[in-house]
Amino acid sequence: MTTTTLAVLVPLLPFLGAVAGLLLSRTAPGFVRPLAVLPTTAALVLAVLVAARQGGGGAVDAVTELTPTGSVPVELALHIDGFAALVAVLVGTVATCVQLYSTGYLRDDPRYASYAALVSLFTSAMFLVVYSGDLMVLLVGWEVMGICSYFLVGHYWETPEARAASLKAFLVTKLGDVPFLIGLLALATEAGSFRITEILGAVASGSLDHPTLIALLLLAGVAGKSAQFPLHTWLPDAMAGPTPVSALIHAATMVAAGVYFVARLLPLFEASRAAMVVLAVMAAVTMAGSALAALAQDDIKRVLAYSTIGQLGYMTGALATGDRGAAVFHLLSHGAFKALLFLAAGVIIHAAGTNSLAAMSRMRNLRDRVPDAYWTMTVALLALAAIPPFSGFFSKESVLGAAEHVATGHTEHAPGAAGWTVLVAGLVTALLTAAYATRLWLLAFRGRGAEAPDHGRQPLVMNAVLWVLAIPSLALGGLAFRLLPDWFDGHDLTPTLTTSVLGTGVALVGGIVTYAAWRHTTALAARTPLGAVAAHPEGDAALVEAEAIASHRPAYGDLASAPDPSDPGRLLLGPVHRHAAAGFHLDAVYTALFVRPVRAGASLVRFLDREVVDTYVRAAGALPRLLGSAVRRAQTGNVQTYVSALLAGTVVLAVAAVLVATGA
Amino acid sequence: MTLAAASHGFLSPTGVEIAFLLVGLVTFGAAVVTVTTRQLVHAALWLVVALGGLAVEYLLLTAEFIAWVQVLIYVGAVVVLILFGLMLTRAPIGRSPEADSANRWAALTVAVASAAALVWVVVDAFRTTWIDLDGPAAGSTAVTGASLFQNWVLPFEALSVLLLAALVGAIVLSRKARPARAGEASPGGASPSGASRSGTSQTGGAR
Amino acid sequence: MHLAYPAVLSVLLFCTGLYGVLARRNAILVLMSVELMLNAVNLNLVAFDVWLSRAAEERLHSGQALTLFTIAIAAAEIGIGLAIVLAVHRNRGTSDIDKLRDTAEGHEPDGPDTDTPATGTAAEKAEATA
Repeated sequence: MTTTTLAVLVPLLPFLGAVAGLLLSRTAPGFVRPLAVLPTTAALVLAVLVAARQGGGGAVDAVTELTPTGSVPVELALHIDGFAALVAVLVGTVATCVQLYSTGYLRDDPRYASYAALVSLFTSAMFLVVYSGDLMVLLVGWEVMGICSYFLVGHYWETPEARAASLKAFLVTKLGDVPFLIGLLALATEAGSFRITEILGAVASGSLDHPTLIALLLLAGVAGKSAQFPLHTWLPDAMAGPTPVSALIHAATMVAAGVYFVARLLPLFEASRAAMVVLAVMAAVTMAGSALAALAQDDIKRVLAYSTIGQLGYMTGALATGDRGAAVFHLLSHGAFKALLFLAAGVIIHAAGTNSLAAMSRMRNLRDRVPDAYWTMTVALLALAAIPPFSGFFSKESVLGAAEHVATGHTEHAPGAAGWTVLVAGLVTALLTAAYATRLWLLAFRGRGAEAPDHGRQPLVMNAVLWVLAIPSLALGGLAFRLLPDWFDGHDLTPTLTTSVLGTGVALVGGIVTYAAWRHTTALAARTPLGAVAAHPEGDAALVEAEAIASHRPAYGDLASAPDPSDPGRLLLGPVHRHAAAGFHLDAVYTALFVRPVRAGASLVRFLDREVVDTYVRAAGALPRLLGSAVRRAQTGNVQTYVSALLAGTVVLAVAAVLVATGA
Repeated sequence: MTLAAASHGFLSPTGVEIAFLLVGLVTFGAAVVTVTTRQLVHAALWLVVALGGLAVEYLLLTAEFIAWVQVLIYVGAVVVLILFGLMLTRAPIGRSPEADSANRWAALTVAVASAAALVWVVVDAFRTTWIDLDGPAAGSTAVTGASLFQNWVLPFEALSVLLLAALVGAIVLSRKARPARAGEASPGGASPSGASRSGTSQTGGAR
Repeated sequence: MHLAYPAVLSVLLFCTGLYGVLARRNAILVLMSVELMLNAVNLNLVAFDVWLSRAAEERLHSGQALTLFTIAIAAAEIGIGLAIVLAVHRNRGTSDIDKLRDTAEGHEPDGPDTDTPATGTAAEKAEATA
């Protein structure tokens, strides 16, 4: 088989798996698990094959036009360069791990069949985005991911949090998608094609008239999909979905789509310095703010969600400095360790019966209950905090290196201001990232108090997946930073000494400070008992998680934070903690800016409809009724009356006829 | 026609005209009393006067056969029939205050309006038209018979069928209603189902 | 004789009958009024027949023949009409026309209260139309 055929099969297999899974879920429930796992695994194998054949060489391009589509042709096009091949491997790996993990995690879930089919469909859509060489086809995958995300986040639709979160995720990403679509159309109109290669050619020849406008429009869609400020608010709430969904969608793939898209069209963004500065500011605000917010969250998954936003900020920062190699490098390593973090968090939530860090910090020996999750999560947190030699260190240093490179004016790709912004924000974020990673680890695994509940061992498949993902988290960076430049643009990804020392230093400082704060506050934990655990700890992991999410607000008064004085984050952040826990009140701002005006408008429309329009409608009914009742009084049933009227009319007509005939 | 009319002034009545006018006044007065009197039987009797007056008018118009038929059928048969009808419906003898319905004023308006319109039209159209009543009678029995059985024989026969149908219809309508017949049939034992059911229910009640 | 005399008499008799048909309450009186109207037509037919048989040499005597037919039909009509009135009287116990209101919408049991305003409006309407 040619590379093209293999590449076509990669998105196609999970799609067929999804269709078959949906069709067979009622008639043949036994096939649901194989149909969920096997197509995704096969797609992973094929993606690896494609990557091996492509081998970092020239891009593989294949085009077929199904039908003429007007002025700008829409073609089924493949464009597989090094980025596409490697990102596809990441997607396949994470998707396969998530599917395997889900077989254990949603063991007894009645809606597993539709869940697995949606995950397969989602995977297929992401493959399509990765491989597509045509922006319209890419948009198809992009939107399919949006709708799948909506369904999967709302998997526990019995809980109001999940319903609200799924709607929010859908609407906020759509808010970005509208300008994104306009930008795509504008881009295609100016470039004369939806093909990425031809668009890049047009950019290179400078034939675009409005690169800034197009780039900013596209950035809106990217911000929505990749959860960048100010459209990031859906991602923390989306943690109301099942943990594997969070791992797949909200850590490794869907949010990566935006970054990947910018990486593909980076020359277009580089054509506009304004867009690059906006990108840099967006990245800086996103990573610093999200890191602060992550330090204040109580829900373990929300901590990870905010950390995802921050790491995506690193990627957009790398793009703002014009180094897409660094961005995609961080995308790959982050995909691995963040999926691991989420999946391990799922195990921990199941074992502890709660998703609250405050409750976990009052459990002794939780790490002994879940040794696999403990060790793999430690690895992943070290990678997240960018401690050498874990993979996160190398990818993050490549980002910081690229920023430093730009800031010191060694390149013409990007404005120096962007470089400085990204560099400073990146260092601050590195400090905060280490701090919240340490806090998470300490609160989850070094709790004191009652013995952690024993629910027996976790399903083997879930633990196995954790170890599989631990390998790239541990070793990907160190092994790959020398090889990857061949696949990418050829930029050197080796960590530079300055940024390495700086980055690692601030990370260590963050960790140590947090540890000190924790030592200071942990004594308070015994004095303030807190915590609520799931009502059915013996159920499967998905049930426990759904109950944990549903009980967080009643137990602690808030979805995001808990009134826990022993939280080191509270000591570290001081007065900022309250605002950080609420995501810096961005939701409240959105409520005031958008929700309330829309609601007021809706109630106005409702008023107009009920009171004004309906009045006419009711009058239109009442008037004929009135006339009818008036006319009905003439219908007495008395024949003589009828005949009288008839004859009177006859007389009138006859007289009129005579008058007309005689010309009087 | 125009020449004939020219020789006779509109208001220069001949003897026939005066007789016609007087009898016409009586006829019209009787008709008015017929439709306004509150005593039902009187109304029928005044109808006799009006119809009889019309018969005289026919005679004045030299249509003698029609006049005798009018007397025979209307005065002799129809009015008697109407009197029978009044009696069978137990119409009150004497003044009945509700002989006229509440529709009276509307009816009067319509009637007066149509009368005005028709009189106006008729007078306007025929004020100079002259009927020549001299010579042989236009409606003697011989003439009428000849024309009836020469030219109108087929409609005449059809009319007899109509009369037969009216006869049958009147009998059917005046016949006693069905329950009475069922009551006659049930003791005979040629049992309609309803009768047998009632019989069994009666026996059930007796036990 | 002027044709106007019988014609005007015929018109007056017809309108008298018309008034009777519209105003009388008892069905038999209505039938009598119908007889009046038919006779008015008869008078017209005879008068015009006499006129035309002289003036226009009309030999068919269609007017008189039709008068005879009308008389016969009127006899049949009065027979059928009286039979109907008798049947109605037997079933309803009345032969008053304005109490037979089965065709009215939302037919209510007869009562003097409901009758008066209804007919009043109808009369007003008839007057307005006239």
